[in-house]
Amino acid sequence: MKMTKAKRNRLIYNVVTFALVIIAFFVLQSMIDAKTITRSLKGQLVPICCWIVMAVSLNLVVGISGELSLGHAGFMSVGAYTGAVVSGLLLNVYQIEDASARLAIAIVAGGLMAGIVGALIGIPVLRLRGDYLAIVTLAFGEIIRNLVNVLYIGTGDGRLYMSFLTKKLPEGVVMLVDGAKGAVKIKPISTFIAGFILVLITLAVVLNLINSRAGRAIKACRDNRIAAESMGVNVTKYKMTAFVTAAVLAGMAGALYGLKSSTIVPTQFTFNQSINVLVFVVLGGLGNVLGSVISATFLTILPETLRAFADYRMLVYAVVLILVMIFTNNPTIRSFVNRLIAPFKKKESTPGGDAQ
Amino acid sequence: MKKLLALVMAAMMLLSVTAVLAEDASIKIAVIGPFTGPAANYGLACQYGAQVAADEINAQGGMQIELICVDDEHDPEKSVNAYTYAMDKGAQMIAGTTTTSPCLAVSAQAYEDRVFMLTPSASSDLVVADKDNMYQICFQDPQMGIIPADMIAEKKLGTKIAIIYNISDDYSTGIYEAFKAEAEKVGLEIVSVTTFTEGDTDYKTQVDKAMTAGADLVFLPIYYTPASMILRAAKDINYAPVFFGVDGMDGILALENFDASLAEGVILLTPFSAFDTDETVVNFVEKYTAVSDGVVPNQFGADAYDAVGALYQACVNAGITGDTAAEDACELLIDQFSTMEYTGLTGTMQWDETGAVNKLPAAYVIQDGAYVPLDK
Repeated sequence: MKMTKAKRNRLIYNVVTFALVIIAFFVLQSMIDAKTITRSLKGQLVPICCWIVMAVSLNLVVGISGELSLGHAGFMSVGAYTGAVVSGLLLNVYQIEDASARLAIAIVAGGLMAGIVGALIGIPVLRLRGDYLAIVTLAFGEIIRNLVNVLYIGTGDGRLYMSFLTKKLPEGVVMLVDGAKGAVKIKPISTFIAGFILVLITLAVVLNLINSRAGRAIKACRDNRIAAESMGVNVTKYKMTAFVTAAVLAGMAGALYGLKSSTIVPTQFTFNQSINVLVFVVLGGLGNVLGSVISATFLTILPETLRAFADYRMLVYAVVLILVMIFTNNPTIRSFVNRLIAPFKKKESTPGGDAQ
Repeated sequence: MKKLLALVMAAMMLLSVTAVLAEDASIKIAVIGPFTGPAANYGLACQYGAQVAADEINAQGGMQIELICVDDEHDPEKSVNAYTYAMDKGAQMIAGTTTTSPCLAVSAQAYEDRVFMLTPSASSDLVVADKDNMYQICFQDPQMGIIPADMIAEKKLGTKIAIIYNISDDYSTGIYEAFKAEAEKVGLEIVSVTTFTEGDTDYKTQVDKAMTAGADLVFLPIYYTPASMILRAAKDINYAPVFFGVDGMDGILALENFDASLAEGVILLTPFSAFDTDETVVNFVEKYTAVSDGVVPNQFGADAYDAVGALYQACVNAGITGDTAAEDACELLIDQFSTMEYTGLTGTMQWDETGAVNKLPAAYVIQDGAYVPLDK
């Protein structure tokens, strides 16, 4: 069977994406083994994996499905809190000492919880036309933050205790979530390898979805809703598919992120954090998965490498952002890059498809 | 082509600036705090205070210290990055971090790496819990609730007490809970408890409730910005109880666009007052204002000054030099801090085995735009 050109280009794009991530992992892992890695970089590895997953999953909503979501950090916080509670429950009540088993279960639980919340939001909102999703997700992010402020969860005598609004737990309970103090006394169990596996899973899920029948339907809804509907595509269903998948992935990233630190506080997942992820997506290119991976990595490391500028750090950061925006859209530079890679590529393609 | 050249130049500049200037023999102390962002006031105060202490110590001759000041933007993730950055630069111990939630994240990492930390101002009891390498200069949140309750009962400052606190802030809720428990013990009557959340601007309801309940003392375990609005709301309805704040109230007189006459008679707990006529305080205020471009120091500056001073004293006693590895310095410092006594701007301090500080609290009352000790 002969491959079509589009199919071949897509295959190359996917292989390049996976290869880059895998090579990066092995290089970094060998640096860790050889102890040549700086503490600064080593400490950022897990957050980078989390932000990559966040950016790729948000790209699925914003770039591929064409809906604006401003509450992605909200799903992350749902995942982070769920992960912290599940991990604490497994350790305190079920006495599971194996850290990787706890981490895996916590990540899955975080993803499930975020997926359920995502579905609850998506069912009413994605039936509507217009920018309702942006407004609702924006509100959702704030609501979640205020809810966990008054949530108290703890374990004691082999049971899980929970109270809302006021702290009404019996004496001697080990607190897992303590209202405004956030999720406390977490045993940090996240590892770089777990982060790497999560990134691979995310890439596999998102790239497969984009290139599947469902993915084509999602893009059709984005490009022309009426035309898609007249072809018999169930718009709400496909928009839901993209949105809930993104929510699940964000929840998983949140669990990994939360279990890296000893505490999570609600103020970590504000509106600003959602916008931050949106910046990763836009800078990497809407609909471009590889772009999201690169920009999330680049923009997470950048502020740290700029520390030598001291007070002017964030100013330089902004300037670099603007420069990148200008340069990636500069026709001269684009044609220069195209000429460089022309011998390896038969025809320019737009993998994943650009948003309007 | 020009643009490309400019980019290359910029990249080269970046690389050249990143190059580290190594300096031997001086003890390297990392100061981590928010120097930018919404909590910058606190971080900068700590930076200036630490700077004054370092300058004084270095001027004396003998063993020198070098500060590595790193910004964390009051964000836990960035704070851990700031910590690893400082460690890469050769930091041997940490005077930080300034704020609580970043401090929790950093201290967990430092506990694993065996790096000694002394925070000037992260006041949650969770900060030092279960970590032998973590010590505090400031009072813990629960103490900030217990001390006022005892003081009110002892000095009979009020009989019917109203409380207004920030439910979305763990500092505020922590103090409230401790105050409530202690108030029950010493037999104070709490007649009204109302809450608000971060960013609220209208406090009429809360103040109204306190007045209707007939409270003659309002306890405000909150930061000075909402407190200033509560004072305004009380003035508007001619309600004049005794207002009792804690260390978060420190700074209210320096608040922009605030009518300082509203704060007359407010009682607050703070370990440090820039209005003291004590020689060491006057000396500190003078040097601090020179570094800070005229800003008068608050307790954060004084706490950071004491943190660097205490670390230096411990290093001298334990024989730590610029060549001691961070892990070895950590064990030596733990031995020192669990036994030593240090006298600084904020009083004479000792530490218990958990890392919490033991020093005398001081209450001040605001009179004619200045802090006056309550006992006088």
